[in-house]
Amino acid sequence: MEWILFVSQVLNGLQLGILLFLLAAGLTLVFGIMDFVNLAHGSLYMMGAYFCVTLTPLLDSFPLAVLAAIILTFVLGVVVELVVARHLYQRDHLDQVLATFGLILFFNGAVHLIWGAEGNPIRLPDFLDGRVTLFTDIEIPAFRLAIIAIGLAVAVGLVWLVGNTRMGMLIRAGASNRRMAGALGVDIKKLFTLVFALGAALAGLAGMMIAPITEANIGMGDDILIVAFVVIIIGGIGSVRGAFIAALLIGMIDVMGRSYLDDFMKLFMNNQSAETASPALSAMAIYILMAGILYFRPRGLFPPKNR
Amino acid sequence: MRIGRVKHISQVAIAVIGAIVGAAMLLTPALAADKVKIGFLTTLTTPAAVIGNDMKDAFDLAYAHIGGKMAGLEVEVIYEDDGFKPEIGKQKTDKLVKHDDVDFVTGYIWSHVLLASRKSALDAGKFMISANAGPSKIAGSLCHKNFFSTSWQNDQTPMALGEVLNQRGVKSVYVMAPNYAAGKNMVAGVERTFGGEVKGKDMTKWGADAQLDFSAELAKAKASGAEALFVFYPGKAGGAFIKQYMQAGLNESMPLYSVFTVDALGLPKFQKADMQGVLGSLATQFWSPDLDTPQNKKFVPAFLEKYGRYPSFYAAQSYDAMFLIKSAVEAVSGDLSNMDGMRAAMEKADYPSVRGPYSYGNNHFPIQNFYLREATTDSAGRWTTKIVSTVYTNHQDVYAKECKL
Repeated sequence: MEWILFVSQVLNGLQLGILLFLLAAGLTLVFGIMDFVNLAHGSLYMMGAYFCVTLTPLLDSFPLAVLAAIILTFVLGVVVELVVARHLYQRDHLDQVLATFGLILFFNGAVHLIWGAEGNPIRLPDFLDGRVTLFTDIEIPAFRLAIIAIGLAVAVGLVWLVGNTRMGMLIRAGASNRRMAGALGVDIKKLFTLVFALGAALAGLAGMMIAPITEANIGMGDDILIVAFVVIIIGGIGSVRGAFIAALLIGMIDVMGRSYLDDFMKLFMNNQSAETASPALSAMAIYILMAGILYFRPRGLFPPKNR
Repeated sequence: MRIGRVKHISQVAIAVIGAIVGAAMLLTPALAADKVKIGFLTTLTTPAAVIGNDMKDAFDLAYAHIGGKMAGLEVEVIYEDDGFKPEIGKQKTDKLVKHDDVDFVTGYIWSHVLLASRKSALDAGKFMISANAGPSKIAGSLCHKNFFSTSWQNDQTPMALGEVLNQRGVKSVYVMAPNYAAGKNMVAGVERTFGGEVKGKDMTKWGADAQLDFSAELAKAKASGAEALFVFYPGKAGGAFIKQYMQAGLNESMPLYSVFTVDALGLPKFQKADMQGVLGSLATQFWSPDLDTPQNKKFVPAFLEKYGRYPSFYAAQSYDAMFLIKSAVEAVSGDLSNMDGMRAAMEKADYPSVRGPYSYGNNHFPIQNFYLREATTDSAGRWTTKIVSTVYTNHQDVYAKECKL
């Protein structure tokens, strides 16, 4: 019985980690390559979820709605880059924080006006709504397995894109020496628009993956953005590989903390104090981990070499 | 020249008239104390605004039903938003009692907001009427002569549920609730009456960045081998929880017993998403839309007609708050300076409540019935709750004896 629970929790941790990775990948690209602090990244995550909420009944298919919503969030990313972000690259980080915080308020207000305050569920098709049995006794919701599969595919695709394609090469060139790349004829402006929109689409995808589980809510991105920042700081800002490993690490620690910390603490304190202390401690666990890693590796686990 | 003089005179006349009118306008506030001012603090932003809007809708309806008047005085309601945060709730309460100088403050969804705001309202010598939150401290050691509740003490509803579990022969249960004042009260309540074994317990993160993904907890619940699942997840967390409970397939093996989770705010949404598994789930409550009392027969159809949905228990409590205040103002014939008279009137609970007649304990929390409700379909096909049985008759909370009133 014990190992069944353990394997389920490992899968749960993996799924949470993958979701964090989808969100953090865009953040780390924009922050690391373009040196732009985008607090509104969480809003793009929320918008992705809400687009999917509206499109699912319209198209009568969740997978189609996800594809369409990815395109919409990509377009939204282009618009946000052209209208707001572009003008902030040369300013210092504080200005960027201020402007993108304004964007958060704008998007939360807009969602309240358009979709209302209540949470919006997304109805999953039957083949995703059921459960899958693994190793004869482990039953997990099919949709959570789908999240793991999609996330892994995106991770592989992204590493390939940045490492092996012409566009990836341009992205890396633009990041390490913006002016030199420009002098060689690379259209840096267009490139950055593309990277920003790619990050937006990834965040949107993460939102679409979580909404069928928790419903789409106003401010859903603000809650998770802090964790996404922890992920990219641990992983090394600008590193997709670092973001992947850090996201899995954090997902695992969070789930394991919630699963086993109270039992563990009951070993050396009475039940009542363990029950009070363990939720607080498991909420802090990821920040303690971040502090510990930064002490030994101030630039994160995988700082990009070219900076 | 003559025309000029006429113009001059008329200018003077206008100035004089203006001065008189102006002076009169300055005087009016002093004369017009003949108005009952009610401050209503609830959550109108964040996803929890769903609850706040339901309360506001019910209070607006009650306002219309009393014709905007109490004992011949005009009633003014000022709504404020706590943003789901205790510190903002306290600030807004300060604003209501100091700046707006209201006679009553009511509303209050959240126990932690109420606890933070309590001192501001009571120190200013105002009546405070909770239309939802009922933390144990306020029922016990922190009880106050000017505090009243139109809802319940937090522990009571889960205590009734623990009783239901005993009656149904449930031997073991797994418990999940958010980690804040009310969550702890809910868990304490069910543990106080439930005779079987609590196989495991999870207190999850709450607040603005509340935990909404319960995969780890549900896996633990499943592995614990408990017969049933007890949860308390109000607001948006309720929808998220029910969804995952069903996705994990637990509705087939672990029946759900909940408090304040499956309500009139969630059910229409579950119906839209066709989450059949929630039908039949059991919860306890002091009230239900189908409760057969004269006031409820007036309230529920009117609410349905005006807003096109069933009222939630939050709405019912808010509707009651208006009528409780009205009974106080009428008992003193509109003399709002007579605090003792109004208090004595409210202590009698002599007003038409949607739950039927009840009485107040020494701590000003209702001594009332609790019912078992089942999620089901009404004659028009809408998902709602119906009363299955009465669990407690005239039940008083356990903290009343710690109150020195």
